[in-house]
Amino acid sequence: MRHIGIRKWGPGLLVMIPSIVVIAVFVYGLIGWTVNTSLTDRTTALPADGYVGLENFTNLFQDDRFIHSLKNLGILTVVFIVGTMVLGFLWALLLERGFKGEGIFRSIYLFPMAVSFIASGVVWRWLLNSAQGDEAGGLNKLFDSLHLGFLQNPWWNDPDWGMAAMAIPAIWQLSGYVMALFLAGFRGIPGELREAARVDGASEFQMYRHVIFPQLSPVALSALIIVGHMSMKMFDLIMAVSGAQYLTEVPAVYLWTTLLGSNYAKACAIAVILLVVVAIVVVPYLISNARAEKRR
Amino acid sequence: MSTQTIPAPATSAAAPRPRKKKSSPRSQTARTVRFVLLVLFLLMVLLPAYVLFVTSFKPSAETSADRAWLLPQNWTTEGWKTAWDSLSPSLWRTFQLAIPAALISSAIGSINGFVLSRWRFPGADVLFTLFLFGMFIPYQAVVIPLRQLTVWIGLPNGIPTLIFVHIIYGIPICTLIFRNYYASVPHELVEAAQVDGAGMFRTYASIILPLSGPGFVVTIIWQFTSAWNDYLFAIFLSNTRNGPITIALNALAGGQLTNYSASMAGAMIASIPTLIVYIVLGRYFVGGLMAGSVKS
Repeated sequence: MRHIGIRKWGPGLLVMIPSIVVIAVFVYGLIGWTVNTSLTDRTTALPADGYVGLENFTNLFQDDRFIHSLKNLGILTVVFIVGTMVLGFLWALLLERGFKGEGIFRSIYLFPMAVSFIASGVVWRWLLNSAQGDEAGGLNKLFDSLHLGFLQNPWWNDPDWGMAAMAIPAIWQLSGYVMALFLAGFRGIPGELREAARVDGASEFQMYRHVIFPQLSPVALSALIIVGHMSMKMFDLIMAVSGAQYLTEVPAVYLWTTLLGSNYAKACAIAVILLVVVAIVVVPYLISNARAEKRR
Repeated sequence: MSTQTIPAPATSAAAPRPRKKKSSPRSQTARTVRFVLLVLFLLMVLLPAYVLFVTSFKPSAETSADRAWLLPQNWTTEGWKTAWDSLSPSLWRTFQLAIPAALISSAIGSINGFVLSRWRFPGADVLFTLFLFGMFIPYQAVVIPLRQLTVWIGLPNGIPTLIFVHIIYGIPICTLIFRNYYASVPHELVEAAQVDGAGMFRTYASIILPLSGPGFVVTIIWQFTSAWNDYLFAIFLSNTRNGPITIALNALAGGQLTNYSASMAGAMIASIPTLIVYIVLGRYFVGGLMAGSVKS
């Protein structure tokens, strides 16, 4: 029986072998390589002398600069996630009924997603100009001319909460994507469910609250994971808006400057920490997805 | 036939429409509020685009802060000329990068997706989950040794390496999109082909491939934009002389003495190709998100 099976599924496995090999090498192999280097003393361009255990990691967690970059990443991630989820959901809610001209709104909300962080960073660097008063430019200037001068602020130049401002371009860029995901979710809900709720005498609000929203939780989770993992590896946007500098440094940027100094072991240790943080979020999600599929 | 899955959302969106007949004053107000909100958000999203457009046509004397939000007094294409001169070589290189990267990873993803949904072998689900993880990893975890590995393989630095890298790291998401997409192809079609004695390749070529149009649209948009907009791989694996447009643009816009009109024109030049892709195919993209990625 078994060999008949092989004849059936063998070709499928065969055509996938090239993909399997490159994923094994370029995803898992290179991760292994990075982990390996992170355990060595390769802190210069020269090859490593030997292994130092977890020393690179313990050093990082005693490094104020690294802790600072983690704090920045935390602020960025929270504001980014909350911003995109709220805006994306709101836009989807406003659009989900479908009406004439809906497509125009949808396309325009989605368009920033087509643009690179490097390109949009050019404008955002200008918009988030920290100068105020007579010198003001960008958004501060706009606030000033709209008699909303009190809204002026130093944006990402604020040493405490500046990273919240850095999340604004990211929110601008990806809220449309979250909207598209939620719209897909809304439209996957069978019309009969709404009808049934109405027949049962549910008010519009009750229908959304008790019938529609609960159906959206899987979409919300996907959106959360996608946006969250994007935030963890945020690099382009910061390089484009502020450049690599201490004030706005996140681990991915710190990794880059560390690598420029040829400290391979430390750069790899930062990469491993990033990977672990992402994996803690993503792996349970992937496993539960796989399980849910099997049950279906 | 290829449009089968796409209009489905539109019909379900139209389902609640009949309510409009009894348009009470209250729902009239609700609709007005909704419309006002939608327009406000639209303006917010378009604000950076306005700045880009206006500034790109200003002579450098007018890019100062006090005229920031005003239309140019003297329209000029100087900035566009400067930007074009410094970006056009990298623009062509980026086409040479993004087109093959999008087409090849889509083709590989299509075959993989077919095997993993319709020609399954033992362990296919575990393999799929292992592939998916490759989509979520922060590329920082692979990019440090990646340069060494590509040099070792003998790939020339710059575009050839980047094509290769984008194909490989595009395989997981293309496989995911096609796997979900093919799961909606009726079982009977595949079974009928098998009853007729068709092997795997004939089943794929005669049944699956002709239905794949919408799936290809989604993966090609996705891969084209991510290769086009990529900065992380580009900065590690290329330089301003042989790299894609994100590298050249960041060099143009990131200098000490920024020429604002040129860098904003440059940002637009760098964004036009992906924007065209979204404008022409964006409808299918949202449709494809609905048909594909969001299965749960």
